[in-house]
Amino acid sequence: MDLAITLLLALAVASVIGTVLQQNQPYTDYLIKFGPFWFEVFETAGLYDVYSALWFLAILTLLVISTSVCVIRHTPGMLRDMWNLRTHVQEKSLRAIHHNKQWKVASSVDVTASELQGKLAQEGFRVKQTPKPGEILVSAMRGGMNRLGYLLTHLAIIIICLGGLLDSNLPLKLAEWRGSLKIETRDLPVSQVPAESRLAIGSHAFRGSINIPEGRSSEVAFVAMRDGYLVQDLPFRVEVKDFRVEFYDTGPPKSFETDLIVHDEALEEPLATTISVNHPLFYKGYAIYQASFSDGGSGLTIDAWPLDNRAGNNPVTFETKVFDNRQMHWGDQSLRLEMTSFRPFNINPDPTADEPDRIRNFGPSMGFKLRSNTGEALEYLNYMLPLEREGREFYIGGVRTSPAEEFAYLYIPVDDNGEMTEFVQFLQRLHNKKLISEHAKEMMQITLAELPDHTIELEKSLESTLTSLVTMFMRGGFTEVTEFIDSSLPEAERDTLGPAYLSMLREMLARIYFSVFDNNDTEAVNDARLLFLQDAVDAIGSLSRYGSPVFLLLSDYNHVEASGLQVTRSPGKRTVYLGCALLIAGVFLLFYLPQRRFWALVKDNGTGSEILLAGMSNRNPREFDIIFEQVTNQLQQTSGNSNSR
Amino acid sequence: MTQIAGTINTETSRPLMQWLWRGLILMATVVLFSLYSNVLDEYEIGIVVLSAISLVLLGQNWPGFRGHIVIVAILSLFAVQRYGNDLASGNTDFFLSYLLASQSAFMWMSALFVMATVAYFSGLLFRSEFTEKTGTVLTWSAATMGMIGLMVRWKESYLIGADVGHIPVSNLYEVFILFAVITALVYLFYERRYQTRSLGGFVLLVISAAVAFQLWYTFERNAHEIQPLVPALQSYWMKIHVPANFVGYGAFAMAAMIGVAYLLTSWRQEKNPQGLLATTMPELVVMDDLMYKSIALGFAFFTVATVLGALWAAEAWGGYWSWDPKETWALIVWLNYAAWLHMRMTKGWHGRYMAWWAVIGLLVTIFAFLGVNMFLSGLHSYGTL
Ligand code: HEM
Repeated sequence: MDLAITLLLALAVASVIGTVLQQNQPYTDYLIKFGPFWFEVFETAGLYDVYSALWFLAILTLLVISTSVCVIRHTPGMLRDMWNLRTHVQEKSLRAIHHNKQWKVASSVDVTASELQGKLAQEGFRVKQTPKPGEILVSAMRGGMNRLGYLLTHLAIIIICLGGLLDSNLPLKLAEWRGSLKIETRDLPVSQVPAESRLAIGSHAFRGSINIPEGRSSEVAFVAMRDGYLVQDLPFRVEVKDFRVEFYDTGPPKSFETDLIVHDEALEEPLATTISVNHPLFYKGYAIYQASFSDGGSGLTIDAWPLDNRAGNNPVTFETKVFDNRQMHWGDQSLRLEMTSFRPFNINPDPTADEPDRIRNFGPSMGFKLRSNTGEALEYLNYMLPLEREGREFYIGGVRTSPAEEFAYLYIPVDDNGEMTEFVQFLQRLHNKKLISEHAKEMMQITLAELPDHTIELEKSLESTLTSLVTMFMRGGFTEVTEFIDSSLPEAERDTLGPAYLSMLREMLARIYFSVFDNNDTEAVNDARLLFLQDAVDAIGSLSRYGSPVFLLLSDYNHVEASGLQVTRSPGKRTVYLGCALLIAGVFLLFYLPQRRFWALVKDNGTGSEILLAGMSNRNPREFDIIFEQVTNQLQQTSGNSNSR
Repeated sequence: MTQIAGTINTETSRPLMQWLWRGLILMATVVLFSLYSNVLDEYEIGIVVLSAISLVLLGQNWPGFRGHIVIVAILSLFAVQRYGNDLASGNTDFFLSYLLASQSAFMWMSALFVMATVAYFSGLLFRSEFTEKTGTVLTWSAATMGMIGLMVRWKESYLIGADVGHIPVSNLYEVFILFAVITALVYLFYERRYQTRSLGGFVLLVISAAVAFQLWYTFERNAHEIQPLVPALQSYWMKIHVPANFVGYGAFAMAAMIGVAYLLTSWRQEKNPQGLLATTMPELVVMDDLMYKSIALGFAFFTVATVLGALWAAEAWGGYWSWDPKETWALIVWLNYAAWLHMRMTKGWHGRYMAWWAVIGLLVTIFAFLGVNMFLSGLHSYGTL
């Protein structure tokens, strides 16, 4: 008994560990979190999968054994107690019972006893008379089922644990331990997974998952085990015809649904059905759940707009798919493009967080990584449609160096045709050395024309300053220019010359921007163009942080979703449910069906009978005070005259 | 009739009253079915029938509860009628905006619970039976306003959108109100049965704490906004799993507060047997017994709730048991009280140790209720803090 309580509490404490330490995470995460030493210690202690650790199972086993022993030991007594009316009670013992009462009646022993029996039976008691010399003992009991409560609850614990054992992954652990099963940790196509990591179709329990893109099917599921997986063969093929997500108007998902077709030779025709969250399919002892969803390799058509003169002058269109990896060559740069995600719509607050409260649809977006030859990668999130901001439109693309950061956004102004063309052309002009030096010369001449006497050196130096300001700006944006000012100008001149440098740079940029427009067109310089120029300059200024030689703009897509299914077999389920039903029945019997016993010893006292009534209950001693009084009153009423003492 | 604290009130209602009550509930059920037969599925029909039976059983011999239900029904229907089809009436209609719109009702509930706490304690302090009775009335009113608020909020969610509508037990904010209301009702049940008003202040203290938290949650986090249900919660199971859990939580909370009262009283009895607490609180055995009763009640409902949770998980999460943190903590709470009950039933433990254990039990329960949402993540994180 003490052992059982200790085990109960030990189980509680052990369970705490499993909730505090997140279970079944990738092992590398644990390694990073705890360091190599503690990682090893915790792994040995089985803390990454507490609930199937040996010691945890040992506690459970001990609990089951101890409860079984307890049930076996107590059952005979309980059963006896349930039925036995205790007809061999001595008068002395009755007087020793706390609740007792005595009174006299005029009727004979037989009559009185029968009357008492009838009355008690009316109150719902089971009653029996036991005649003895000169007296009759009337024994009565109610709520014998209370004892059944004990049996049911404790049996339930055993049954639930056994059912749970049927559904546990203990057999897999054993097989692994014996060496007949090996957890696969490599990322392999299913067909190449070796036999020792495959689970044949059988009656064992498992919980597997699969991602099936729309239009595809699968005959296996993957069972996650520690830092790897096993492949579970299925006796049927699951095809995903269509996957749908519906959204509430405010954005959050409302429903996930998959149209499934189960192909099985045993079926006359394939079984078509729709599953959704809370509505799984049960088939042949397997359950198929809607668990998640992801991209199923959507087809993407992308225009790569050059941001760097080495990457060419015109957008290059190419086709790819989500989850495709390919080596891209842009100019002299070679980068690995890893397409990671696609979303057909983004109903959320402004991704650039300017208006966090306004939720709307920002259209499709794609996520990808660009990995350099040294293995470093930047992560990008580019939106397909322009975003409106203060009446102007921008293509936006986010960049970050690690998932822990927020995206930083690049805003590329959209031209009158709704394209990036004007921006990219401006950018190309800014990369054109010859053009820049022409403009530098022109601007130098205009500036110096106002100075009557100036030397060749001044001309040369101003021209080269103008050129290098633009070059610096193109390389590192305003940051680099300011850094240059701070580091190269003497402190005394910095305050006056600094702003002058910046305005010269701006003028150069403006000259180059407007150079394509007709000089005689007085309308060429208007507010819209000035704003465009300003936006373009801002964008160019942050290109160095964007870190990509091209801007990938999604131009078309073919959305393919993958439904994340969970396939399970739990042969112990019914057993567990049976246990649960017994548990509930047992608990209520235990607490709310008190067992009550009454004895009335009826003795001949010459003129009539004398009654000694005693009663007891195994629950609620306080309530029994009242019950006892009520029963006594009932009994006394019928027996007519009462002179209790 | 004078009532003696701690004695059992076995008063039963007159048979006529009982029949009237059964008839009323039957009628309400029939009307409900005839109005909504087209939208109720078989599970929901089962839930309605079970609720009706529970109402009948609870109300048969408990006049206060009958009154509570009738007032809740009348005022909720009135509020629904004032709303019509327009959620905006909540701000323009006098009755709604000052009394019955869910937010207003919850504010009333909060104020009344705090007042009830004060009343119970003042009654205790000044040994005024009248003031304590005021506490009872205030507690009833608070529970009634809370229940009306929940009912009206249910309607409001449908006014936001037919697809948004759901029973208001779906997130931390909503279940906090449920907790306050259910704890109050459980307490009121035992208060009537054991005539122990002096425990009121103690029990109401947890409720007031819950109310304080819920107010903070409303004003700081805007938690009161009605959110649509995530797909995993769209199930009839929610209607029974959550309330069953909160009967458990409420009863455990009450047991713990009785434990506190027990500990204080027994301490004062030793220090100063003629002092206030020592002379006004119920006898220690009564409190001990009540503590057992409410833990037993809580344990029974918690068992049902956990089993229901497992059944639901088998439909929503891919298995009846996933060792999800919430699930696991429910098991921990359950194991803890199982151990408590064993000690009491088989070893006859009682008194201070058990009172301490009941108080610690509440801490474990609170962690299962709030701590899991705050510190642990899992499948079950519907109400995050
Ligand atoms: C997971 C394991 C167990 C659980 C959840 C459990 C649960 C319960 C519950 C809820 C009660 C009701 C308390 C009451 O009597 O009112 C109870 C009673 C009892 N349990 Fe256990 N129990 C467990 C294991 C054991 C074991 C291992 C033993 C014996 C070694 C045991 C012996 C008893 C006894 C003797 C009673 C009292 C029955 C009575 O007189 O009414 N239990 N148990």
